[in-house]
Amino acid sequence: MSLTRRDFVKLCTGTVAGFGVSQMFNPSIVQALEKFVPHVFWIQGQGCTGCSVSLLNSVHPSIAKVLLDVITLDFHPTIMGSEGEMAWGHMTDVAKEQKGKYIMIFEGSVPVAENGHYCILGEKDHKEYTMLETTIEMAKNAALVVNVGTCAAYGGIPAAEGNVTEATSVTKVLADNGIKTPVVNIPGCPPHPDWMVGTLVVAINAIEENGLEGGLGEVVKLLDDEGRPTPFFGENIHDNCPYLDKFDEDAYSKVFTDKDNCRYELGCKGPSANADCFKRKWNGGVNWCVENAVCLGCVEPGFPDEMSPFYEAG
Amino acid sequence: MSKSKAPAKDGKLKIAIDPVSRIEGHLKAEVTVKDGKVVDAWLSGGMYRGFENILVGRDPRDAAQLTQRLCGVCPTAHSTASCLALDDACDVKLTTNGRVTRNLIFGANYLQSHILHFYHLAALDFVRGPGKAPFVPRFDHPDLRLDEKTNAVAVDQYIKALEVRRVCHEMVALFGGKMPHISGQVVGGTTEIPTKEKLAEYASRFKEVRKFIAETYLPTVYLIGSVYKDLFSIGGGYKNCMSYGVFPMDDEGENVLLKSGVYIEGKDSKFDPALIKEYVKYSWFKDSCSDLHPSEGKTIPDIHKEGAYSFVKASRYNKKPVEVGPLARMWIHNPELSDIGKKQLKDLYGIKAVKFRDLGEDMAFSLMGRHVARAEEALIVADAINDTWLKDVKPGEDTFVESKIPATGEGIGFTEAPRGSLLHYVNIKDSKVANYQLMPATLWNTNPRDDMGQRGPVEEALIGCPVPDTGSPVDISRIIRSFDP
Repeated sequence: MSLTRRDFVKLCTGTVAGFGVSQMFNPSIVQALEKFVPHVFWIQGQGCTGCSVSLLNSVHPSIAKVLLDVITLDFHPTIMGSEGEMAWGHMTDVAKEQKGKYIMIFEGSVPVAENGHYCILGEKDHKEYTMLETTIEMAKNAALVVNVGTCAAYGGIPAAEGNVTEATSVTKVLADNGIKTPVVNIPGCPPHPDWMVGTLVVAINAIEENGLEGGLGEVVKLLDDEGRPTPFFGENIHDNCPYLDKFDEDAYSKVFTDKDNCRYELGCKGPSANADCFKRKWNGGVNWCVENAVCLGCVEPGFPDEMSPFYEAG
Repeated sequence: MSKSKAPAKDGKLKIAIDPVSRIEGHLKAEVTVKDGKVVDAWLSGGMYRGFENILVGRDPRDAAQLTQRLCGVCPTAHSTASCLALDDACDVKLTTNGRVTRNLIFGANYLQSHILHFYHLAALDFVRGPGKAPFVPRFDHPDLRLDEKTNAVAVDQYIKALEVRRVCHEMVALFGGKMPHISGQVVGGTTEIPTKEKLAEYASRFKEVRKFIAETYLPTVYLIGSVYKDLFSIGGGYKNCMSYGVFPMDDEGENVLLKSGVYIEGKDSKFDPALIKEYVKYSWFKDSCSDLHPSEGKTIPDIHKEGAYSFVKASRYNKKPVEVGPLARMWIHNPELSDIGKKQLKDLYGIKAVKFRDLGEDMAFSLMGRHVARAEEALIVADAINDTWLKDVKPGEDTFVESKIPATGEGIGFTEAPRGSLLHYVNIKDSKVANYQLMPATLWNTNPRDDMGQRGPVEEALIGCPVPDTGSPVDISRIIRSFDP
């Protein structure tokens, strides 16, 4: 296993101090990860592939390491070598074999109008499979469901006002169908790669340390009321913003290019958003939304409707 | 659900590939094969979200943020088109620095997108990946021809390219805020005034990317093409193409890096925006949405429509199907080929070519021709970053002009996403979005038949595709992926 302890600590701490590995379940990460390489299926409903593209930006550990060592990614429409019935059949065969043990990742929301026919994922033996049907079937027998992105977690833009497809979150589809598989939400439009890889690594480690049931129990304990892992989503952006003192002084930027003051009056939704972007930053730590413009509150269940107009103070 | 399905008969065999993988979005390809060749094709876009309807009634400025979320691979293209439409509606003129910074943001995403496309979406069509998921399973006869050593080098490049495309995202993020989905581009310009430090960070990352494109990506495409020479003669399609032009090189918008134009039935003409229309006879939208210019455009789904087979509308130029994307841009702009390209064409192919069109219509309009065009274009964009925009950008000078959303108005934004022509149209009433229409490249390339019965460009490109083994129909998806649909 080439995932080093250093990689893992970096992943959990972000670019500036923060969450120590001891606060998760630590002990012998390297040793633990040597044994358990879960089968993972990643399917996409009404999304934009932005969560997948963001995942490719993972630095610690690199995405190559994640794909080659940390997980066995048996299905991912954007990167897998296979296609058509062969790919679909591989997914269903491995899922059968790994029943109760695999991790199911969802990207994008689920349209439920018209029996799910606003999103077709594939076909086998002349039968088309909708996102709705596949979500239910694949989540039912998973050990863990991970919703990446605000669409899968809360509905996101496809579920915004004006939609005609009755798009909704994976979480709601599972609840409506009585599926009890534990669910972790990793919202964000898109989520930071550390949030996705970090959550997977934490879950894999917990399962290895405590067995499947015990490990999943540990993972669920980390979640807030919106199903998000608190190590990544436990702090409010505004309360931790480097421009907070400017807010306290009522010193507000009037134009986007004024970088010295608080962005609240430009529409910043930092006060309504909980995530560690303020310390982790994005794309190798080069920037983040508030430094650049405003926070859109994309990690919250109310995104986008409750956050818009984006450029008006809340 | 009703579909256009010709029954299999007369020695014909029907094959469906669903999902077509390693593309962005949901696509099914259905073809009829006779005597080892594709004789008919249908492409079905299997997903509808309805951004046009979701945008109605919102603050128009939100459109640039929301529409980016149409595509996680090319959010900056949507951001650019949306901001151009909003700039137009608000009647603002960008500062020079705003224009150049937009080019630096968008240009970096071009490089990211082209590298991602070749290595992470298309390369497994020619290269055997590591022997574990997600690289296996594969078709029994995948037609992989690289020798072991070359294949190993290509796999190393696949891994290296993951890193290089991430570095491109860092370049975008320096002025864009984050990637995917940038916050740094708005109506009136960009939000980040470039500092010397940030420009230095951009330039140092760029150096690594430029080196990879010139020394690795571009020569590798020619090298792989030389092993798969037959793929220069399939997937041609209509050989019609169009480009809106992209990357403004002056503040008046008179000069662009890659020029606009139309090429239909062997004739070049000037692009005329009035000649664009959308047709939906075979798309799951109400017939009242058909035969309309985007400024009158409507997007009303009709999922039970008889005969329809896709959520993609059929965009046409003067009623003709036209291909868009890097090949279209290179054909229309007709730049001089890179030195690497000229040398490798001579050494590996025995072809003396100076300009892109010297490849000839038959070779350029092909599966492999599209990969060559994309790689050549990546170097042109990289050179513009290096030779022009990094020199023109002024540290500390303003990049943003304030404006007001009008009570009533309309705007149109034309640009070229890495994968092809992109248009956004906004109509504003009571300072809110009254109508918003989107025409991404998918509507131009990956569309179904139109009201006149003509196949879409990718459907047409599949005609004649060899399928020697129906159990391993590799060339079908190779052709589709060459378009970056």
